[in-house]
Amino acid sequence: MDTAWAHASEIAAAVSDSRTSATAVVGGALARIAKHDRALNAFTAVTEERALAKAAAIDAERARGRRLGVLAGVPFAVKNLFDIAGLPTLAGSKINRDRAPAARDATVIARLEAHGAVLVGALNMGEYAYDFTGENVHDGASRNPHDVSRMTGGSSGGSGGAVAGGLVPIALGSDTNGSIRVPASLCGIFGLKPTYGRLSRAHTFPFVASLDHVGPLARSTRDLALAYDAMQGHDDDDPVCARRPVEAVTPLLARGSEGLHIAIAGGYFRAGASAPAQTALARVAAALGVTNEIELPEAKRARAAAYVITASEGGALHLGRLRTRGRDFDPAVRDRLIAGAMIPAAHVAKAQKFRRWYREQVLALFARVDAVLALATPCTAPAIGQRTFVLDGVELPVRASLGIYTQPISFIGLPVVAVPVPLQPLPIGVQIIAAPWREDVALRIAHALEQAGIVAATRPSLEGGK
Amino acid sequence: MTKRAKSSKSKAKTPRARAKARARRMFPKRGRKTAKRDPLDSFVDAAAHALDLKIEPTWKGAIKTNLEVTLALAALCADFPLPDDAEPAPVFSA
Repeated sequence: MDTAWAHASEIAAAVSDSRTSATAVVGGALARIAKHDRALNAFTAVTEERALAKAAAIDAERARGRRLGVLAGVPFAVKNLFDIAGLPTLAGSKINRDRAPAARDATVIARLEAHGAVLVGALNMGEYAYDFTGENVHDGASRNPHDVSRMTGGSSGGSGGAVAGGLVPIALGSDTNGSIRVPASLCGIFGLKPTYGRLSRAHTFPFVASLDHVGPLARSTRDLALAYDAMQGHDDDDPVCARRPVEAVTPLLARGSEGLHIAIAGGYFRAGASAPAQTALARVAAALGVTNEIELPEAKRARAAAYVITASEGGALHLGRLRTRGRDFDPAVRDRLIAGAMIPAAHVAKAQKFRRWYREQVLALFARVDAVLALATPCTAPAIGQRTFVLDGVELPVRASLGIYTQPISFIGLPVVAVPVPLQPLPIGVQIIAAPWREDVALRIAHALEQAGIVAATRPSLEGGK
Repeated sequence: MTKRAKSSKSKAKTPRARAKARARRMFPKRGRKTAKRDPLDSFVDAAAHALDLKIEPTWKGAIKTNLEVTLALAALCADFPLPDDAEPAPVFSA
């Protein structure tokens, strides 16, 4: 089988049925990383020895006749803010290279491996996750597999590049303001940002505690669902992680979008979008038969409040390092963090009050609809190094503005699936937003669109120097 | 036609423009001939001192720009009327 572009579900079935071995699959992933990562710059560490040992253990289990996990032999990689036993947790920084190696894996890594998945490495990211571009001054920019001169989006840039480039079928990222959904959109893959508090963030390097989420990126909705189901469940090591039972979504995918009431987010969420973005949204809406628009009230203020809370909490988190290691930061990140540390507390308190008000208004909308469609990014992937772009006739900074449509959603912790619309020459994503704890709704709609051929992760050409 | 974001001197019609104008009133720019510094420069220096942060001269421009943007966005949120008993989003449980 062509494991370079196979879905995780297909790989696990083939390993379980002895049509291939975990060792062969993992060896193939390691070979692809060796061959293509020079161009993609997705990986910052490859855990070859560990991966081959784990794969051999899975093959030994199968030889003994044991039943294998639903992710048996599936290679995966994680943004380098997840703890990996034996490696310092970089979080995209130079400073963290001085940290002691992590004593254990992040909870979600352990849970994926408990289902048979095999960790093959750590992935590039924007420094301390304060980024929407995927650029990194220390490790170099993550490169978009559809055009390596373009951004992956960030901050989970390596996660987007590794999955879209066929190096691994599943990667983990984190999303504070859009850091899973932006790279999913620019790289043309699926991304799931679950409800705030759904998945454990234990043993990951934080950014903004009140906004941080973790989640998977993949090339199919089924793979997203499999990974998500494997990672669910309460974790005492993360005080935010909800005490909810595992609510498996994989068995529900086939229900599709039948009977669901869906609307398009209008107003703020349509202003400033490029022509490709509007085309993508129109295609998705037409396929679902959705014509009605709803307004998420005060979305612009919601984005502003998310921006303020992020700057302030991020500045506070890094204040000690800013005092002693200021020169070792990416200057673009350092200057934003210092400014954030200086924000008067009154503004942050007001933003947190506004956050509750906004949440109540948006939740009221979910009494009328099951899901809302919105653009994921205002445009397709900008060129690496591009500092500004023009939205609605106004020149704006790329680094801060790629997430204008994602920030008002993660601000109140709603679950979102970003689905890729395969436009030419570059793909772009659409957000499917559901009510809290209804990841199943968003994934069912995504699956229906995938079955209809409206959304898909298309295979890039990585040959000939691309 | 491409245009840059409105300056504080333009008419404040949108909420963001109003917020920027308000931030500019809080920290008005001084003319070159005025001996006094821009109050936002003074704020950056004072905040850096209060936070025990050593800021190198070449960093200041970008820090000030970022602060100006963030304060403008904060003003947008601060303008929104909420009752005194509005609860903040994070709720502590003992």
